[in-house]
Amino acid sequence: MNNLIDYTLHLADNALILGQRNAEWCGHGPILEQDIAITNISLDLIGQARSFYQYAATLKADGSTEDSLAYLRTEREYKNCLLAEQPNGDWAQTILRQFFISNYQHLLYQHLLDNSDKTIAAIAEKSLKEVSYHLRWSSEWVIRLGDGTEESHSRMLTAIEELWRYTGELFEPALYEKESGADVSSLKHSWMEKTKTVFEEATLPIPEQVFMQTGGKTGTHTEHLGYILTELQYLQRAYPGAEW
Amino acid sequence: MALPTIDIKTLYTYLEEIKDPEVPVLSIIDLGIVRDIQLQDDELQVTITSTYTGCPAMDMIATAIRVELTNLGFKKIKILRSISPAWTTEWMSEEGKRKLKAYGIAAPDKRFTIPADGVECPLCNSTNTRLVSEFGSTACKALYQCNDCKEPFDYFKCH
Repeated sequence: MNNLIDYTLHLADNALILGQRNAEWCGHGPILEQDIAITNISLDLIGQARSFYQYAATLKADGSTEDSLAYLRTEREYKNCLLAEQPNGDWAQTILRQFFISNYQHLLYQHLLDNSDKTIAAIAEKSLKEVSYHLRWSSEWVIRLGDGTEESHSRMLTAIEELWRYTGELFEPALYEKESGADVSSLKHSWMEKTKTVFEEATLPIPEQVFMQTGGKTGTHTEHLGYILTELQYLQRAYPGAEW
Repeated sequence: MALPTIDIKTLYTYLEEIKDPEVPVLSIIDLGIVRDIQLQDDELQVTITSTYTGCPAMDMIATAIRVELTNLGFKKIKILRSISPAWTTEWMSEEGKRKLKAYGIAAPDKRFTIPADGVECPLCNSTNTRLVSEFGSTACKALYQCNDCKEPFDYFKCH
């Protein structure tokens, strides 16, 4: 049971932290339509997070709610991948981060359709539809910027150098993933194939062997998560029980 | 306390009064949001499903259902949320699609990927249109522009 709870929290945390990062663009997007796009994606992700948190709260059956899980846990209790908490940087870095994660979620949610836990499978089925849009949108942006101007291409190269080292963690299963039937290492090949296809059209190189950073899935995070949670949790911690 | 003598079928008609907050010509029945209504002992149970996982209108809709049923005289009301089977635009009624067009929003097209062009303009009916952005004013809509009448319009995405 604990493994299922941890796995559900991991799925929720991935969605929430990436959703929170994308929401930072609200009002600051490069052009209006893309401001709307990134915040729509953020909303989809937060919706997915809510579904998973609500399920985790039901499983814990200890008075936890979706809100207490999102707003009152500390950094080391969060189980999101390191990639989700990386800074937005410029637009190139944001859309590349989205592409890496949407590519992953698209494969993962398909994989989870057959999961023995019916609720996880149902949430995956519903989320898969939204993630398909995220994947297409971000793939097109990788191509647009990669095969764009000299400046956009150079920004994409910088983004790849920043983020590639966090992609390995996606396919290194934590114990709770193995115990919950999520064979994430089996997704790596398809993820690489999709990435190669998109990078090729974007005239971008796949990096050479790089040391991969890990730890997020088990609560060891980069410094960034502390700042993210400070903003996310401030109001609820300062005014416990506050509601809109 | 006697229960109101309204049969389930009529209750669906009452729930047609509840409109989508973002698209006020569509009722929650048109959208296929209400999945089931059951009377268990003296408790009325309404099962709803969200269109998109993050749809912020769901809490409002649940409250509106509760208010409507309370006004009809029901004392014990339970709103249940279902996520499976996943909501799809296939559950939108034909009437709903007609209302969308009359309101100026292009109805979901059977082609399931967002077309780059060819979506019928709800204002002048031309198919000489282009996609501006896959993401529009709400999670469920994309933004198009008509090359003939030049007006921008929302398209309800297939889901």
